[in-house]
Amino acid sequence: MIGSYRAEILKLVKWPAMWVLAVVLLVLAQVFGYLIPYVGYRSGGGSGFAAGQTAAQLLADVLPSRLVPNTLGGFPLFAGAIALVIGALSVGSEYGWKTLKTILTQRPRRSAILGGKLLAIVTVVLVLVVGTFAVNAFWSWVIATTENRSADWPSALDMTQGIGAGWLILGAWSVVGAFLSVVFRSTPLAIGLGLVWALAVENLIRGFAGVLSFLDAFQQGMPGTNAGSLVASLGAATLDQPGGTPGVTDVVSGPQAAVVLGTYVVVFALVGGFALRRQDVQ
Amino acid sequence: MIGSEYLVETKDLTKRYGNVRAVDRLNLAVRPGEVYGFLGPNGAGKTTTLRMLLGLVRASSGTAAVLGRAPGDPETLVRVGALVEEPAFYPYLSGRDNLRVLARFARIGEHGIDEVLDAVDLLGRANDRVKTYSQGMRQRLGVAATLLKDPELLILDEPTNGLDPAGMTEMRALIRRLGSGDRTVLLSSHLLSEVEQVVDRVGVISHGSLIVEGAVDEIRGRGSVLVRAEPLSAARERVERLLGSKRVEVVDGTLRLDSEPSRLSQINRELVLAGVAVSELRPVERTLEDVFLELTGEEKER
Repeated sequence: MIGSYRAEILKLVKWPAMWVLAVVLLVLAQVFGYLIPYVGYRSGGGSGFAAGQTAAQLLADVLPSRLVPNTLGGFPLFAGAIALVIGALSVGSEYGWKTLKTILTQRPRRSAILGGKLLAIVTVVLVLVVGTFAVNAFWSWVIATTENRSADWPSALDMTQGIGAGWLILGAWSVVGAFLSVVFRSTPLAIGLGLVWALAVENLIRGFAGVLSFLDAFQQGMPGTNAGSLVASLGAATLDQPGGTPGVTDVVSGPQAAVVLGTYVVVFALVGGFALRRQDVQ
Repeated sequence: MIGSEYLVETKDLTKRYGNVRAVDRLNLAVRPGEVYGFLGPNGAGKTTTLRMLLGLVRASSGTAAVLGRAPGDPETLVRVGALVEEPAFYPYLSGRDNLRVLARFARIGEHGIDEVLDAVDLLGRANDRVKTYSQGMRQRLGVAATLLKDPELLILDEPTNGLDPAGMTEMRALIRRLGSGDRTVLLSSHLLSEVEQVVDRVGVISHGSLIVEGAVDEIRGRGSVLVRAEPLSAARERVERLLGSKRVEVVDGTLRLDSEPSRLSQINRELVLAGVAVSELRPVERTLEDVFLELTGEEKER
């Protein structure tokens, strides 16, 4: 699997599409995590998502002490969607370019090829998570310095937990995206259906969960709900709180959410591997 | 089939897609060191067979062994270079980086990359992205990729597809060079004239079944002799006396003699002595294509 992993890393690092997605992720994280709240603060108060927040609260959210929850706030929604696209693209393109037959005739078993690919994807995802934290940390420091506020950084444990949670969330979504590409043998279908599920269906189910009890039970197993719950357990505000962001929820506890997301990674990787082993590659 | 004298061997290999038998009880045997031409018209089942040999497609029934192991076995694949249908590469990577990726998958060193690029005359464009390559360059990169592992067995599926005449000539020369040593080459094609000049033995597949297998000369047969002479009846009488009536046939105002071309001068002398005016006397060799059309034509009529 090491050979496959090294090959996949080379492909991902040199793939312009990956860099575009990384830039989009970083830009969105800055715009929604720092730029808009800071502009809101400078304007004297919040409206829209930040409705009900005072200028002081808006500023507090973008200072270094709130680095972990403020960075993770966007992960359940847009960062998760980008991770899904990364996973779907990196696997689905092998079908589109017909390169799957090329790599399957080199040496490794199919399980090793998929294993190496998933390992490479979650490595890239980890780099993106750490990169997002680093860039956010830079802007929070700039804001603290500009506003003459103390830079109280989170503890090492909080940072580790934050990065770990972010990795787990994006890792789960990326593996789901990869799984969908294996099943559909296509990138567009995997991305399309994956995003419809992540951005529309899950929100609708959460909306109706209060009406139908079985939907309430069902939503507790959904990846988006667990991603939202994990970041809420680390201090991110839920949507019904002042300054809350879409996708952040407190339906399940943090540890439960972590277990469910970890289960998604393992189960979807295994089922994807099983599906790939059974496929005739044309 | 372990311990078999063949490098590639199939027994009743079958692939069904629904009710369609793409490959039907195929028995194929490729000997070590030979260039084996796997011939058949488009849709005959050649590519499906090669895919099964590489483990890309699962057989519906029957067995196959490549280098004594099951198709798709990692220890087999590392000794096999394969180009199935059109070569597929990562378009955003350079030719060199594509080969680096494949070398990493195969867990072999990257030191041989320049050598194989040079062998297919692509060293000068090695750092350009593959999406800027012409079809012929991609085809050559495909061959370079198959050589990267210095394989014992090369499986090439229609390697001249999409190439211009000059590219086809180059590719033919390359295949001849690759098959000249100990390496075994399994070459599929529907262009029989291409293969005829390169292969040692051929197997002809039609509608998923192997209809003939053997050395090129065996399959082509020994050819015939064409005689154009006046008067034809006198000429016929004379050569029938010489060869026997069963070996003489009149075709389009000429005589076709089932005879070794080495007897041309003897035939000429006999005819001249008989007072026959000979205006044309030459050997006629059947091409593989003639044989192939005969065989597949028969198949269609069944």
